[in-house]
Amino acid sequence: MDIAALTFLALGLPFVAALVAPVLTRFLGHNAAWLLALAPVAIFVHFLRFLPEIASGEIVTGGYAWIPSFNVSFSWLIDGLSLTFALLISGIGALIVLYSGGYLKGHPHQGRFFSFILMFMGSMQGLVLSDSFLMLFVFWELTSITSFLLIGFDHGREAARRAALQALVVTGGGGLLLLAGLLILWNMSGITQFSLLLSFGGELKESPFYLAALLLVLGGAVTKSAQFPFHFWLPNAMEAPTPVSAYLHSATMVKAGVYLLMRLNPVLGGTPEWQILLPLFGVATLVTGAALAVRQTDLKLMLAYTTMASLGLLVLLTGLGSPHAIEAAALYLVAHALFKGALFMVAGIIDHETGARDLTKLGGLRSAMPLTFAIALAAALSMGGLPPFFGFLAKEEIYEALSSFDRRSMVFAGLTVLGNALMFAVAFAIALKPFLGLKVETPRHAHEAPVLLWLGPAILALKGLSIALMSGLAHRLISSPMSSAIAGEPRTVTISLAPHIGAPLLLSAVTLLVGVAFYLNLDRLRAAMAVILTDIGWGPDRGFDQFIRGLLRLAVAVTHRLQSGKLDVYMTVVFVLVAVVLLGTPVHFGELPRAPFFAADVPMHELAIMAIAVAGLLAVVMAADRLTAIVSLGIQGFAVAVIFLLYGAPDLSFTQFMIETLSVVVLALVMTRLRLSPSDRRPLHQKLPDSMIALACGFGFGLFLLRATGTPFDATLTDFYNLYSKSIAHGANVVNVIIVDFRGTDTLGEIAVVMITGLAILSLVRLRAGSLKRGADDRQDAEERA
Amino acid sequence: MKSVIFRTVAPFLTSLMTLFSIFVLLRGHNEPGGGFIGGLIAVSALAIYGIAHGVETVRRAIYFHPLAIAGAGLFAATVAGLISLFAHVPFMTGLWVYPSIFGVEIPLSTVMLFDTGVYLVVVGSISSVALSLEERGGE
Repeated sequence: MDIAALTFLALGLPFVAALVAPVLTRFLGHNAAWLLALAPVAIFVHFLRFLPEIASGEIVTGGYAWIPSFNVSFSWLIDGLSLTFALLISGIGALIVLYSGGYLKGHPHQGRFFSFILMFMGSMQGLVLSDSFLMLFVFWELTSITSFLLIGFDHGREAARRAALQALVVTGGGGLLLLAGLLILWNMSGITQFSLLLSFGGELKESPFYLAALLLVLGGAVTKSAQFPFHFWLPNAMEAPTPVSAYLHSATMVKAGVYLLMRLNPVLGGTPEWQILLPLFGVATLVTGAALAVRQTDLKLMLAYTTMASLGLLVLLTGLGSPHAIEAAALYLVAHALFKGALFMVAGIIDHETGARDLTKLGGLRSAMPLTFAIALAAALSMGGLPPFFGFLAKEEIYEALSSFDRRSMVFAGLTVLGNALMFAVAFAIALKPFLGLKVETPRHAHEAPVLLWLGPAILALKGLSIALMSGLAHRLISSPMSSAIAGEPRTVTISLAPHIGAPLLLSAVTLLVGVAFYLNLDRLRAAMAVILTDIGWGPDRGFDQFIRGLLRLAVAVTHRLQSGKLDVYMTVVFVLVAVVLLGTPVHFGELPRAPFFAADVPMHELAIMAIAVAGLLAVVMAADRLTAIVSLGIQGFAVAVIFLLYGAPDLSFTQFMIETLSVVVLALVMTRLRLSPSDRRPLHQKLPDSMIALACGFGFGLFLLRATGTPFDATLTDFYNLYSKSIAHGANVVNVIIVDFRGTDTLGEIAVVMITGLAILSLVRLRAGSLKRGADDRQDAEERA
Repeated sequence: MKSVIFRTVAPFLTSLMTLFSIFVLLRGHNEPGGGFIGGLIAVSALAIYGIAHGVETVRRAIYFHPLAIAGAGLFAATVAGLISLFAHVPFMTGLWVYPSIFGVEIPLSTVMLFDTGVYLVVVGSISSVALSLEERGGE
């Protein structure tokens, strides 16, 4: 098979795996993880083969036409940036699948969980590999939806449901902004693919729509990547099982926003707007996230807030856009995915094996869980930015980017040092406090985790070490191509563990010292933060609730204003409008029909049928009770059906007969349910307006028909159908051939509508009995209260 | 309904009308008829049966839930459209085969499957409404 077909398969494979996951889990239990992990491993191996080609500066694109008439394709773009992401997603994905096998062992819905997480993997992979805008958007929203399913996995709990909905509203809403932004880009350039857009040059930055496009795209990115003040959904998302937090909410999905900014950096970046907005979002998020992390004692929440801080750092670096900043962003992104994934899984292990994940209720686990301790320590060293770990290289590069001595950089450097020092303190609080000190009694007796649980974090922690030790190779294969892709021009990353004296090292030393000081005073710091937060007393999380409540209140108010809930009001509005349109339009355009003339030689039987129709009408108007009126309406309908028959439209006539019969039956049935009085006993002054409206509608429709039949008949279509009905569609009944063949797609839509209408009516009929009763109860309650 | 004559005649009338509705459905391509009209006739048949013998009897007689019938119809119609894609012609293009059964050539087509789908949707949707209205009509 050629490489394009294989890549297509790789994009689809997670979804296939998601499909078989529940069945496999039913037969194999938690050991299904070993089999299911083969899917991401296969994808990982497939993308590894691209490494040499991408490292030499190539870009691989491929795909298939999707909607050619709109210039939309299903196509992928593999360069340094998307390849790094694809490797992270499939690599960490494989480890997460294994980890979930151990973490949710024996859970009744483990199969469903595997299914969701594999679906997410497929969506995320599609997102980063998308070349076409529309495909990116579809996968973007798919990651929001799968994230919703995973956060709400434990749907029995109210908190999980709220967190899931919140994440969906925020990230899904951001996705819509992104769609608008991409459409503007499409309109500005006429291009629907990133690979072509990247070679489009700087013209977009000159466009008057540049700022609108930037703001909309940024709206998508900051919501997805949990930037302040849209960060609140991320800590709440910790309601999800820990594998989800490790995978979606630290290593991959939340980086989608950063990915988007990096992808568009060559096209939209470098302008003053870009260099002001992004760093502002970034640095605000960095400092807020790091400060809020210190406030927490729950391991997962601490990690969640540091993730937010790291995302802020990435956005800051992407916004600065200098060569070192870009390289630092590339390095830090990979380093963060490795150490944060590992730390989350460690937190999950502690939670799983001891039953507690609150820092103040843990201690002395080092003898019971030595391996977990080692993994946590390795990950924390990388997160703290200490040699010889990958995090150190990333941090050095960050400080390199910030240590040009103008005022702007100094401010950013100061705030970054503060944020990093706080993160350092949190990292070691997580890696040391549960393991050192006196042994604390935990809900479950602590013991070392099984292999399924420690394998994933161990590999990630080791990777953090090995990449730093073999930095030359890693830079050649990963960092340099990725930086080049972000920058839009060739770049070479050179940083290594070799000592290099200078400003960055100095800043690192300051970070280390401040970090240690923070660590030693963590309890005091936490108390201080708690006081500050209580004083503020309001946060975007509460703001979200207020927003939703306000929205509901607005909707209720608007609905009350527009929807009275009374059928007679709706009917009056509809028919008055119909009358106005039918009568007003011909008068306004001077298109009134000529007065009809009556032929002198109308045959007797035709006159008789018309008389029957008129008699039916009169019977309707004069009927003593409603049921008689309905049946009389049927008489008029049958007369019309006979007229159709006389004028050579047997199909129409046939249908009319059936419709009339059935509508009499259905109307009669409805009448019995409405509990109306048998006849309309309203006084004349109430009946009169209704009858006027009825007359106006009838008269207007008559005018319309006269006008329509007055124009010369265009026989093109008739001729076409008569000519081809038999020869192409093998049918002599033109009407039927039109319905089922020539215009079959219309009919398909119509029968779908018929079915949905049936469903709707059925549910209304079913609902009515129940809601009436409930409404009566409510009224009774209200009266009792009064 | 109390009328003995009506109660006695209704089953025969219903079977005859159902048979006729299928006849109308099948002849629709060349003579007046088709899925829509056929479906309406079948619904009338069911309505008569329901008025004569009660809704429960009708539900037992048609065995499936009316909306399941409608769903199956919509599915059949969609499949009829999709089959064309496998023959490398645009969606909804009519395909015809002429198998010979006992020496009689019978033209079969995706169009016929489609029309059958229309028939089932009409029967299912409208009878589900009519039946549920009849069911609680007495309350």
